[in-house]
Amino acid sequence: MNKGTPRSMAMKPARQNRTQRSAGRRHPLATAALIVVGLLATGGTYALFTTSATAETSAAAEATIEDGGKLFAANCATCHGLNLQGTKQGPTLIGVGAASVDFQVGTGRMPLAATGPQAEKKPVQFTEEQVSALAEFVASKAPGPAIPSAEYLTGEGDASEGAELFRINCAMCHNVAGAGGALTEGKYAPPLAGIAPNHVYDAMLTGPQSMPVFNDDNITPEQKANVITYLKYLDETPSVGGFGLGNLGPVSEGLFIWIFGLGGIVAITIWLTARSN
Amino acid sequence: MTTTEDRPAVTAQKSRGARFTGWAGNYLDERTSISGLTKEVGRKIFPDHWSFMLGEVALYSFIVILLSGTFLTFFFQASMVEVVYQGSYVPLKGIEMSAAMASTLDLSFDIRGGLLMRQVHHWAALLFVASIGLHMLRIYFTGAYRKPREINWLIGFVLFILAMAEGFTGYSLPDDLLSGNGLRIIDGMVKGIPVIGTWISYLLFGGEFPGTDIVGRLYVLHILILPAILVAAIGVHMLLLIINKHTQFAGPGRTNDNVVGVPIMPVFAAKAGGFFFIIFGVIMLIASLFQINPVWTYGPYDPSPVSAGTQPDWYIGFADGALRLMPPGLELEIFGATLSLNIMIPLLILPIFLALVAFYPFIEAWITGDKREHHIADRPRNAPTRTAIGAAGVTFYAVLWAAASSDLLATHFRLSIEGVIHSCQVLLIIGPIIAYFVTKRICLGLQKKDREIALHGFESGRIVRLPGGEYIEVHEQLDEYERWKLVSFEEYQPLTVLPDAQGRISLNQRVRSAASNWFFEDRISPVTSKQIESSRDDH
Repeated sequence: MNKGTPRSMAMKPARQNRTQRSAGRRHPLATAALIVVGLLATGGTYALFTTSATAETSAAAEATIEDGGKLFAANCATCHGLNLQGTKQGPTLIGVGAASVDFQVGTGRMPLAATGPQAEKKPVQFTEEQVSALAEFVASKAPGPAIPSAEYLTGEGDASEGAELFRINCAMCHNVAGAGGALTEGKYAPPLAGIAPNHVYDAMLTGPQSMPVFNDDNITPEQKANVITYLKYLDETPSVGGFGLGNLGPVSEGLFIWIFGLGGIVAITIWLTARSN
Repeated sequence: MTTTEDRPAVTAQKSRGARFTGWAGNYLDERTSISGLTKEVGRKIFPDHWSFMLGEVALYSFIVILLSGTFLTFFFQASMVEVVYQGSYVPLKGIEMSAAMASTLDLSFDIRGGLLMRQVHHWAALLFVASIGLHMLRIYFTGAYRKPREINWLIGFVLFILAMAEGFTGYSLPDDLLSGNGLRIIDGMVKGIPVIGTWISYLLFGGEFPGTDIVGRLYVLHILILPAILVAAIGVHMLLLIINKHTQFAGPGRTNDNVVGVPIMPVFAAKAGGFFFIIFGVIMLIASLFQINPVWTYGPYDPSPVSAGTQPDWYIGFADGALRLMPPGLELEIFGATLSLNIMIPLLILPIFLALVAFYPFIEAWITGDKREHHIADRPRNAPTRTAIGAAGVTFYAVLWAAASSDLLATHFRLSIEGVIHSCQVLLIIGPIIAYFVTKRICLGLQKKDREIALHGFESGRIVRLPGGEYIEVHEQLDEYERWKLVSFEEYQPLTVLPDAQGRISLNQRVRSAASNWFFEDRISPVTSKQIESSRDDH
């Protein structure tokens, strides 16, 4: 939390400054005519472009899906099976959706570094294009949660509501300050400082590993955007009271006062009573 | 202090300042007879040792707590009335919370110096209890609680409990998520008491938890009743300290009947005054650099959320640890009522542990049968059994303490939380036993080494060949002062079983003799002057 650079706390609301309409001396119908012309032009061009664009994207998409398939066969199929059906080593990926791949591969948890209580983060193995190719490949096999659209990831929502949702739904594992916490049998909820907004959203949507799924009926996309806003606020706001001691609460405070507070004072008492030889 | 003789010129012509102080002193004395007190107290002697200053640390941090706490009362509202927060902290804007929480946030963000004062208050509180703990350990391990100071140990123990109560009530006042969770645990523990638990809980909280009364009630305790008792108890503690005089470590010229050191006026008072400002400075430095209890991240209390890593302040940690270490599901059902042994056992063990601490001086006095006054502080090694018992107690406390942070131990050392809990459960039982035996052996070993050095001196590493061809290593003898420290401690003997006037041996006698045997059977006798004399001839 204290890694963030000091920045203005105030968030600028998007302002739409409407320029005053100049009261012209045009014909009363001129405005209407202009609108008709404008609409026709926009609609026409839009129709024209979108059809061609779709054609292009679908071609490109097929190419990416093919790339994704190759990447999948080379890197994932050993455990998850060539047809995503799963094996003894790994679960089926049918229906996990693009969001799941975006999270697991995009944060470096997959391919798995080593078997253990839970998949650990490691340096991401693929480029962004490769991750999205893999995601599209998995999504093409069966429908599932899609990668969140960019409008929810801006971090410009309601931090207050986000904070409240965070305290109620996330803090019991991730700690109120997002410092992480312990789960059973060696598993843990990771710290949330500096996590990319799309990965936060993916995680809420798909519930990776021990995490529960927070689907869109449970926490709406807008509310998820608010949670992301709060996390961004935590990242960007320096801890106001000084060094945060890891945001771990009374344990680190207690250790600090015993080791550095009382330890320092004992050093002072020894110095004060030391005889000069 | 015979400096006046050297400077007759000064006394002859007093400056205006000196004349004024003289007049003012006389004016006060004629009306208050304060010179008697100053004579009595001002000439009290304090010996000099770093460990004798730990109680002072507690006293001075308490003064800092009083000063910063007074500032906080000017702005804090001890009310659970619902308000909508409209202050400067963005992620809580528009959120409903109690007036207590809102005023704590205002103190943190909108009142000049408020956050610093909050942090000073909280850090000073942590230091207060920590320094009391260390002070108690010093008293314990040097045996400074022996006659005539048993009562003062008991008062000090009461101060320790009061400090914890002050800390806990203060921790609960801001009505943030962390403090509410803490109160919920207390509520759960109270409700775990059979039959009367629920009634007590309803009485405490004025109805169903959390209710709307508790902050106001804790506030009265926190700023009125507890501090009043604390101040009174500190007064008695200091008074008894002056009456009993301070203990001192053995050394040349120091006997059981004198105190060697500096007088209160002016040397000790000046030193103590300076030390107060050092403590104040250290607390200010910590408070201005390190954040403590960021209530804004915890948010207002709401009974549903509980954060990961929710812990009490360190001094309540041992109680939290005791709860965490209880095996789950330890409950009985009797006549349709659940008997929560998993709560009742910690509720019994903790008071027993604390009672042992409180009454230890009387227990030890009974075992040793020692009714003499002791003004020389023991070196811990010279009372091996006592030191070993202390080490066992410290280990017991430390394991409970560590268990309170079991989740953080698990995440930070990459362990499983079950593993941490199970290890702590085992350690809680065998840890103190191991600590007892290891400490006792170490003490006896150190005593043997001391004896060896007192008798034969240090090995100098210089090998000398005698005219006869024999090689010896020259031992360097200690000087008288150093040797005094090593040899001056008292030797105890186990009590023997003695029949009373009717020729019977009471059970009390038998138990006492067995306890005394256990206490003193392993011992190293102090070196006598005869032994030193005879050892001289060897070298």
